Amino acid sequence: MNASAFTLGRAVRLSILIFGAVIFLAPYVFMISTAGKAQSDIFSSSLSLIPQHWSYVANFTKALTRVSMTTLLWNGVVVCALIFVFQVMIAIPCAYAMAKLKFRAARLMMVLVMLGLLVPIHATALPLYVAFDRLAVLNSYFALVAPFTISVFGIFLFLQFFRAIPDDLIHAARLDGMSELGIIGRVIVPNAWPAITAFAIFSVVAHWNDLYWPLIVVSNQAYATPPLGLLYFRAAEAGDDYGALMAATLIITTPLVAAFLLAQKRFVEGITMTGLKG
Amino acid sequence: MAEAIAAPLPVVRKPSRSAAERQEARAALVLSLPAMVLLFVFILLPVAVVILFGFTDYELGYAGFRFVGFDNYTELFTNRTFRRSLWNTTVYTAIVAPISIFMALGLAMLIESENIGRSLFRTAYFLPVASLLVAMATVWQYLFHPTIGPINALLALGGLPRPNWLGASTSVLYSLSIIGIWQSVGFNLVLFLAGLTAIPRDLYHAAHVDGARSAFDRFRLVTWPMLGPTTLFVTTISIINAVKVFETVKTLTEGGPNKASEVLLFTIYQEGFVYLKVGYASAMTVVFLLILVVLMFLQYRVQDKQVHYS
Repeated sequence: MNASAFTLGRAVRLSILIFGAVIFLAPYVFMISTAGKAQSDIFSSSLSLIPQHWSYVANFTKALTRVSMTTLLWNGVVVCALIFVFQVMIAIPCAYAMAKLKFRAARLMMVLVMLGLLVPIHATALPLYVAFDRLAVLNSYFALVAPFTISVFGIFLFLQFFRAIPDDLIHAARLDGMSELGIIGRVIVPNAWPAITAFAIFSVVAHWNDLYWPLIVVSNQAYATPPLGLLYFRAAEAGDDYGALMAATLIITTPLVAAFLLAQKRFVEGITMTGLKG
Repeated sequence: MAEAIAAPLPVVRKPSRSAAERQEARAALVLSLPAMVLLFVFILLPVAVVILFGFTDYELGYAGFRFVGFDNYTELFTNRTFRRSLWNTTVYTAIVAPISIFMALGLAMLIESENIGRSLFRTAYFLPVASLLVAMATVWQYLFHPTIGPINALLALGGLPRPNWLGASTSVLYSLSIIGIWQSVGFNLVLFLAGLTAIPRDLYHAAHVDGARSAFDRFRLVTWPMLGPTTLFVTTISIINAVKVFETVKTLTEGGPNKASEVLLFTIYQEGFVYLKVGYASAMTVVFLLILVVLMFLQYRVQDKQVHYS
């Protein structure tokens, strides 16, 4: 195969790829373009990408005042950060014990972890909602975070990664008089950054985007996460004010997309690692 | 934090075990205790309760409940909405999973054999995965708008018929499928690219020597079998994700028009959290869980058969 020559096959290949990429990116182009259009432009010329009357300021003002975007984004950051911190602090010691220590319950725990992998939040939502309602903890960060503090997927991923860490490293640390927690903090974690980064990406993407659980436990705008807030914004926006709607979607999509564009390599590695091992 | 929850546990003593081994076992239990407690509280117990609720007439807001046996289940399978919902979920999955798998595989092979713009293409196709689905669904709603949407404007230019994409019961499921495919191709693509890079180059040379001259022969003899484990994984995850479709339905159609986009999770959400019929919705949840169990079981079965590839 002569890949550098510009053959007919290569031209076809490139055109398919470029055509596909244009289609996949089209929604973003229209989002950015429509966010700057006045209502009259939206109705008269949907195919012209450059707004005739620049209305970015007007649309963004509407988007920012109708629903408090800063609160939404802040809630998103707080919830994702809390979930991630708890998940890692709880999953890593457990995964370490299962991968490197000998104890009888390990086999049973492995079975429980595999069972847990099967169960999404949609399956546990009803009893958890009833319990949280009884405890009067709906509409709180606690309600948003608590069910996700345990990540069986995290345990599974770390377990596989920890198995590859040489036992000698751990024995040496133990001979130096380190406690098991010390070993986790100073030997395991520093050696597990690739797995932790991969898991961070997986976790943040999943919980930043999750609509199901926040929709169930939050009915108060003060605790709304970005997807839920956007639903509120859509409800508040009567009719077809697509300019303001697109401005709002632009504001809400940008943080994660920007993070992805800045750390693309990590994202792709993370997805490949979590994906292939999950 | 770990120590706060973890109380010292009595370890069953066996004379043959040394002090060091006992200490190791105790440390292991303490370290895994927080995770196991939470696993029990937030996963195992709720699943058990959901199964239990499925046999009751429990409704939130009413004081008591009684056991009704399999009544919820018999009602489910005679209920028009639930049957519609199961059928719609099946149709949606049957469209989205295969298309997003084969489109991703095709694009991955094209990108792999091209040496310019690799990361650019990967970024373009992956971007939807990193975007907030509720937000992008709103953008798609605009693109699909019957009168002011760009898609119909484009169709009008070509003199083609202009469907009422999300507004008509005949097309709504297909429109949602388009969004579903757009959203999931990038994820599959990245996995396939990783799988393709892992195939040793010499295999292609060997196949060439053995007489595999055409691109299709190379695909059939080397690429497809070597990608086996990746394809299996991508297939399972694509099907499961398609079965779990919810965001786009909730944001754009609320199951409508006329229940034409009623899907499993949306029906569960509606019955359980809007009408608060906990017992009935629990029975649906059990059906949903069974579907997931069957899918995972099928994956394990297939995986067992193709171990020789990995």
